[in-house]
Amino acid sequence: MTDAPTRPNRPVYLDNQATTRCDPRVLDAMLPWFTEQYGNPHSVEHVMGRVAEAAVETARGHVAAILGADTREIVFTSGATESNNIAIKGAARFAARYGDERKRVITVATEHKCVIESVADLADEGFEPVFLPVRPDGLLDPDALREALSVPTLLVSVMAVNNEIGVVQDVPGLAAIAKEAGALFHTDLAQAVGKIPVNATGWKVDLASVSGHKIYGPKGVGALFVRRRPRARVLPLFSGGGQERGVRSGTLPAPLVVGLGEACRLAAEEMASDTARIDGLRDRLWDELRVRIPGVEINGSTFHRIAGNLNVTFPVESALAMLERMPDLCVSTGSACSSAEVEPSYVLRALGLPDDAASRTLRIGIGRFTSPADIDYAASALAAAHSGQSFGA
Amino acid sequence: MHYLDANASEPLRPEAKAAMTAAFEVVGNPSSVHGAGRTARRLLEDAREKIAATFGAREQDVVFTSGGTEADSLALHALGAGRRIMIGATEHDAVRAAAPGATELPVDRHGIADLDVLRDWLRSGPPALVCLMFANNETGTIQPIVEAAALCRSHGALLHVDAVQAAGRIQVDLAALGCHSLALSAHKLGGPPGLGALLLAAEQTAIAPLISGGGQERGRRGGTPALSAIAGFAAVCGLGTDQAALAAARDRLEAEATRHGAFVCGGGGPRLSNTTSLALPGVRADTQVIALDLEGIAVSAGAACSSGKVQTSHVLQAMGLGILAGQSIRVSLPWNVTEEAIRAFETAYARMAARSRPASSESTLVPTAA
Repeated sequence: MTDAPTRPNRPVYLDNQATTRCDPRVLDAMLPWFTEQYGNPHSVEHVMGRVAEAAVETARGHVAAILGADTREIVFTSGATESNNIAIKGAARFAARYGDERKRVITVATEHKCVIESVADLADEGFEPVFLPVRPDGLLDPDALREALSVPTLLVSVMAVNNEIGVVQDVPGLAAIAKEAGALFHTDLAQAVGKIPVNATGWKVDLASVSGHKIYGPKGVGALFVRRRPRARVLPLFSGGGQERGVRSGTLPAPLVVGLGEACRLAAEEMASDTARIDGLRDRLWDELRVRIPGVEINGSTFHRIAGNLNVTFPVESALAMLERMPDLCVSTGSACSSAEVEPSYVLRALGLPDDAASRTLRIGIGRFTSPADIDYAASALAAAHSGQSFGA
Repeated sequence: MHYLDANASEPLRPEAKAAMTAAFEVVGNPSSVHGAGRTARRLLEDAREKIAATFGAREQDVVFTSGGTEADSLALHALGAGRRIMIGATEHDAVRAAAPGATELPVDRHGIADLDVLRDWLRSGPPALVCLMFANNETGTIQPIVEAAALCRSHGALLHVDAVQAAGRIQVDLAALGCHSLALSAHKLGGPPGLGALLLAAEQTAIAPLISGGGQERGRRGGTPALSAIAGFAAVCGLGTDQAALAAARDRLEAEATRHGAFVCGGGGPRLSNTTSLALPGVRADTQVIALDLEGIAVSAGAACSSGKVQTSHVLQAMGLGILAGQSIRVSLPWNVTEEAIRAFETAYARMAARSRPASSESTLVPTAA
């Protein structure tokens, strides 16, 4: 937003890969659907249901638009974790049910935990999970994928943007390699939507996952792109009323869906300006850190990377100790899901970082609502914490 | 528009709106360890505590889901593994679809499950899971859960209870009922849509997830918790509605509809105060619903699910109502129903009944093409 505040917020929130502030404009768009228009969007027998249904369909249009997809290719879910579960387990189970002999499911060692677990879960059902390593810059080597595809493969899942190190995989290139080998291709776009241009149709992916709360929308809603031509097929994770073309049963939460739609609409409209501004803030922070803390290192490709992510290894004894010294700065030691764990990040390990370096690393996520003052605060806090001093509090 | 379709979705209560608006201001992810994350975590755990206390479970046994359908599916998936399954004949589609090969437990003409059949079925055979809904979404019929739970326990079987329609309307307490799991949906008690919960009995607390992910909900359900919706759910827990007043309004409305030819399906058994299933013999359910919609009354022809296509109700069929199963509408009064809405319904129903019923005989006057 152009009218970003110039004074720092407290606490300063720089963990925008964990979750984002719900944009006030998204909240405004949602509120009437919580309070006045509470009809069940599936109750199309009466006007209140039909009004809610129309709002859901408008939102579907916004989600389809940012993905370059058709509205009929969008299935609403409770979030990217559910979308990833449906895409991976659903595609594998569908293939197995209809007699497909292929068992291999390929993903990458640095994927989000829910992708790793969904693929790993499939081993119990007779599938063959393959986890490909990444290069030291966090990117998947296309030749590693080609080699893995020498065994007939059902599905390849590669995230577009990594949640810890922000690196951008070459999804169109990898999808083409998978297609050539006859495999389906899924991509987790949770961290990509609104950060880089995405085009599910143009990229020729079969399945793609979207999250609401990573793009300034509400928690509890997401979407799955399911290609129509040629048709990607999945079995549902659970059944019931048969909503969402049978892919995902359950009453659609109209207000949350409206919020996701509005978040996608804003992301499409403001991505260029957001990115330019965030890029400048990121450079400002990185320049400051390099000057104030000699020996800081950035993990993952700096070229193939979203603007809003810095993953920095500090020359200190421990990143956790740094966090304790700056209670008013919200940054993280890894992904949110696992950040309560003491284990070093498996993503950094996959990059070849020793555990000692991983434990000295912080993820810094800059977002739409980050101000220059927030950045200056963060630089000072990190520099102080690095040299053993408390900051703020 | 007069909204009498509360069983599809209750209007959001102001307490939920206030709690959600506040929660939307909380930026953090409850799984993050920093200040913002801890604030979010506190909100999440306070909500969990209140929901657990309201419905007689331990905090650690509350698993948040995306809604009632997912909660039912998770229960069937987790508790049903390796067990034979019996479900009530009038269960919601969420349960029916999650247990495709299940044996059906018949109900009587009031919609009440036949526990003698259940007892016989439990007596022999491998370990079992039984699913019985607390209150039916179409008729409001209340099942004898305490008795069913005791039967199940004495035979080593598990009992899952879909309490989606019961919660907020009658006392729902997992421990007191003695069942093994309980499915809830926030928007059916005046909370927000998009959130539900599976409550587990203490001995069932470790279950395999349906949606795997970052280890949230103690590994039982992956995904970042829907924080504001959870806060909204907690805010409506324990809020009462004057059930006697609802029942009085419902009874009056029923009496009026009956005067115009309606038959109350399941009227003879224990029911929720807010629900009635009204059959108008000879008039298709969709015709009735459309006529009422044009008069500004929102009711439904059954469950509000996938398609908008009106199907014959499996609930009413199971109650032995035959052709009436396709000629019934569901009227369900919301917590904030007004006197005016009841009167508007009565007027519209009388007009609809008067118009619809003679219409079938008058149609013979229309010359048919030879």
